[in-house]
Amino acid sequence: MRTDAVKYDRMRKDASPPSPIIKDCLCAFFSGGAICLVGEILRTAFLSAGLEQKDAALLTSACLIALSALTTALGWYQKLAAHAGAGTLVPITGFANSIVSPAVEFRSEGLVPGVGAKMFIIAGPVIVYGTLASVVWGILYFLSKLWIGG
Amino acid sequence: MRKGDTIIFQSPPSVLSFAAVGGKKESEGPLAQQFDQLFPDSRCGEESWEKAECTITRRCLTLALQKANLSAGALDGVFAGDLQFQCTASAYAMRAFDAPYLGLYGACSTMAEGVGLAACLTAGGHMQRAAAMTSSHFCAAERQFRTPLDYGGKRTPTAQWTVTGAGAAILCAGCRPPYVRAVTFGRVRDLDVTDINNMGAAMAPAACETLLRYFADTGESPEAFDAVYTGDLGQIGSTLLQELLQREGLTLPCHRDCGLLIYDCETQDVQAGGSGAGCSASVLCCEVLPALREGRMKRVLFLSTGALMSQTTFLQGESIPGIAHLIELSAEPGLPPKEGL
Amino acid sequence: MHYFNAFWVGGAVCVIGQLLIDRTKLTPARILVCYVVSGVVLSALGLFAPLAEFAGAGATVPLIGFGNLLAEGVKTAVDEHGLIGVLTGGLSAASGGVTVALSAGFLASLIAKSRDQN
Repeated sequence: MRTDAVKYDRMRKDASPPSPIIKDCLCAFFSGGAICLVGEILRTAFLSAGLEQKDAALLTSACLIALSALTTALGWYQKLAAHAGAGTLVPITGFANSIVSPAVEFRSEGLVPGVGAKMFIIAGPVIVYGTLASVVWGILYFLSKLWIGG
Repeated sequence: MRKGDTIIFQSPPSVLSFAAVGGKKESEGPLAQQFDQLFPDSRCGEESWEKAECTITRRCLTLALQKANLSAGALDGVFAGDLQFQCTASAYAMRAFDAPYLGLYGACSTMAEGVGLAACLTAGGHMQRAAAMTSSHFCAAERQFRTPLDYGGKRTPTAQWTVTGAGAAILCAGCRPPYVRAVTFGRVRDLDVTDINNMGAAMAPAACETLLRYFADTGESPEAFDAVYTGDLGQIGSTLLQELLQREGLTLPCHRDCGLLIYDCETQDVQAGGSGAGCSASVLCCEVLPALREGRMKRVLFLSTGALMSQTTFLQGESIPGIAHLIELSAEPGLPPKEGL
Repeated sequence: MHYFNAFWVGGAVCVIGQLLIDRTKLTPARILVCYVVSGVVLSALGLFAPLAEFAGAGATVPLIGFGNLLAEGVKTAVDEHGLIGVLTGGLSAASGGVTVALSAGFLASLIAKSRDQN
């Protein structure tokens, strides 16, 4: 065969239809915006019920996570995400979906090796690197306080 | 008789019977009427997707045996494979059949590999009857290779949809059409495609290579065939195959891709087409073989194409090696191989 | 007005994610990791607070909010307990959300079955 990898790479790029970026971005914008809007409505409601900022934020997250878990279990979240793309990935509901969907999927492999372990296939790295980043920031902050304090 | 990589049979073996089984999406596709059985519930009443695939496989071989009026004991060998880790769908299905079992893994290329091997062994008189069978299941493949089914993700336009289905063919010494006249086992080809969502592109070079070798070995030209079928190149892989062949000075006027036949890409939301070991197998058994038996087609080439990566090699950043096996099928046993080649 | 800000800022944050999906080879898991780490960085640089002030849930609901939670938690803990706060601050602050998600996942696995997408 005469075609080499370099040439083939160009052929492949020409033949492969690109993702419809404008449509994808619009879908992501409206769906992601809508989820945040729901969050804001919840947060405002909790604040006006007399809750503190922090508690209101936690309850907002909890409600969105529960909502995401319910729609994931009903199979709706996946259907929505097939159109919404990043709009359903980036909000906290996407994080919840990444925990709930493997939990449901790998139930057939048992409660410990299936549900317990597989819950973290996507959420695990998020928690690991989030925590690591916060540790780095904590040390920097501690040092900066020493510096300024000293 | 062997020429290059191509084995040409002096007395071509027959495909005695064949059966195709599909799932829900297949039942909504253009070939729905031609399947022997369709499971409207892809779970097939089982508790796991793996068991569901096993049921589909078992049902398919049972139907193929019934159509030939045979019991499992009449088979001297069953060449079978699927996409599950360690080929469990086939192995577990074979618990129900008391026949020698030879597990194959060629990813989506397994059907042509199995038919090719079965043809060689029956033509050579080593087996009286041998079956070739492969299956795939969308849900089992998805949870193994990609993400949980309820995970929210968007498919790229180049992705392909794993067929839920199986195909089984039983071969014996030549007695009735269709006949397997030649087999070309493929060589691994890798042109550095790493995109796991673009399998068609990863497999097209292997399909091109096998076709070139077949045409060079036999001196045939594409015009001699009613159709050249490829397994699951999809839209992108099919375009690339034509381009690759054009660079070698060949055109395929009558190319059809099983991945594009089994679904309607416009309406069924399958992105670039169907894929999976069950894709080429079910199309072979519900479309190609019946047409040859009834004389609607005289002569076809059938290639199954496979992408031979694993989750591990993918994560390690390796490119995707492709493979394609070819079988020449005909409604007539044909003349003995041409002389002077 | 704060509803409108939450909507468009949240939407815009998601559009960045969509561009990463379409234009780069980043997988969804990697994108989520990027968001959390970005949240920590934004918070550390002092940029997150004004954004959250302006957009409310538009800033806190996307996963950068989770990063902010971790960073804020560490900062408060270091203020209160010194260096030991580096070890306890982050996860303590994020524990509420994670606990809800894990519990919801477990419950769902008992009730729901994985569904065919066909």
